[in-house]
Amino acid sequence: MNDWILFLTERYDLVLSLLWEHSYISFIAVMAGFLIAVPLGILLTRTEKINKYVIGFVNILQTIPSLALLGLMIPLLGIGAVPAVVALFLYSLLPMLRNTFTGIREVDPALIEAARGMGMTSFQILLKIELPMAISIIMGGFRTATIYTISWATLAAVIGGGGLGYLVFTGLGLANDNMLITGALATAMLATIADLLTRKVQKLCTPKGLKIKRAD
Amino acid sequence: MISFQQVEKRIGDASIIKGLNLEIHAGELFVLIGPSGCGKTTTMKMINRLIEPTAGRIEINGEDIFKTDPVELRRSIGYVIQQIALFPHMTIGENVALVPKLKKMERSQYEKKVDELLDMVGLDPKVFKNRYPAELSGGQQQRVGVIRAMAADPPIILMDEPFSALDPISREQLQDEFVRLQKTINKTIVFVTHDMDEAIKIADRICLMNDGTVVQLDTPDVLLQNPANEFVVNFIGAKRLRKVKELHPATSKKAALPKWSIS
Repeated sequence: MNDWILFLTERYDLVLSLLWEHSYISFIAVMAGFLIAVPLGILLTRTEKINKYVIGFVNILQTIPSLALLGLMIPLLGIGAVPAVVALFLYSLLPMLRNTFTGIREVDPALIEAARGMGMTSFQILLKIELPMAISIIMGGFRTATIYTISWATLAAVIGGGGLGYLVFTGLGLANDNMLITGALATAMLATIADLLTRKVQKLCTPKGLKIKRAD
Repeated sequence: MISFQQVEKRIGDASIIKGLNLEIHAGELFVLIGPSGCGKTTTMKMINRLIEPTAGRIEINGEDIFKTDPVELRRSIGYVIQQIALFPHMTIGENVALVPKLKKMERSQYEKKVDELLDMVGLDPKVFKNRYPAELSGGQQQRVGVIRAMAADPPIILMDEPFSALDPISREQLQDEFVRLQKTINKTIVFVTHDMDEAIKIADRICLMNDGTVVQLDTPDVLLQNPANEFVVNFIGAKRLRKVKELHPATSKKAALPKWSIS
């Protein structure tokens, strides 16, 4: 225990910079994923014929072991933070894509019919009915993606992407328990904070009328 | 007002509507009734182009509706559905003001209208305007559903079994209110139902459909006293017809109808 505290006081600047690196790698990956996955998810609800294939393809991406995917990035993009971000971005797509797709698909068809019957255009229905109704589920996907990405980002160190994984893998290699524990705890802490923050975001995004439990 | 001319609807090989001719007059409460699959809902949804016919012509005030923009057409026709379908993320006020907003009406103008309409169905605007649909009972929700269709003052309102999802007591209440309301607002209403009691209670004219065609189109009185054929007799039910004979040996008065509408 004393050892560990000593390690922290001596190396805190390294730990902090790795923590920062880990955060922004994850953040960039998830944000890029969000910007692609949500519009793509919406688009898929409009295209009955191809949505199976796209979801299937993204599902396959997800089943590639993360270490292997990172390894595959090396011949394509070399080593460093960029290939790590790209790999994490690919991983973050599925939860957000799937949630956007199902969230919009599961909006009560009666609401869509009423909206259409009242003279709303498809775009107005998307913006004013479907998205507000689905936003909570979409943000749920964002939350899952964020937490997963933070834990997967640990592997980025393997291809020189930096982040807290550096402490974990170096700790393993050098049999330095203090390093290993610091890396693991910091990652867990970061994921927990991200969970709390994204939960808050999800709550804030949910329209008020949808939070009310039925009176009767 | 609304006229169907040789309207047909086929889906694949199935013929849903077969050469339909109808005249719906201005200001009347026109009920489409029949067993499920008879084409009554299809007929109604063709009026606001939620369903497009395969052949034939539909006119509103002499204008071919297929030459108009469907979105504009729908904004000028009120629409109420069985599932009520108030938008749960919008307040009652926002729900009712939706079509006026789509039509870019002035805020001050529609706010007043929303209050008026809420008052008209006995929901105090001060209490209910800022509530969400989930905070209202089923009966209250469908009252809002009905006034939402009136907010932009459309000359025509389409209602697809609006009261059938409600409990029997709310249903009775809403039907009574609705009959009163119709007298004051004087709109052309096309009302789909499968409930003969409801039809008799509210209709100016009843159009009984079966298998994509009109079997009989008459006022409730005539329908009850001179059913056109066996199908009409069976659909109305022997019990109701017997009651008519007992109550009205010779002629009938519509005022007496509600008495036996509760069976």
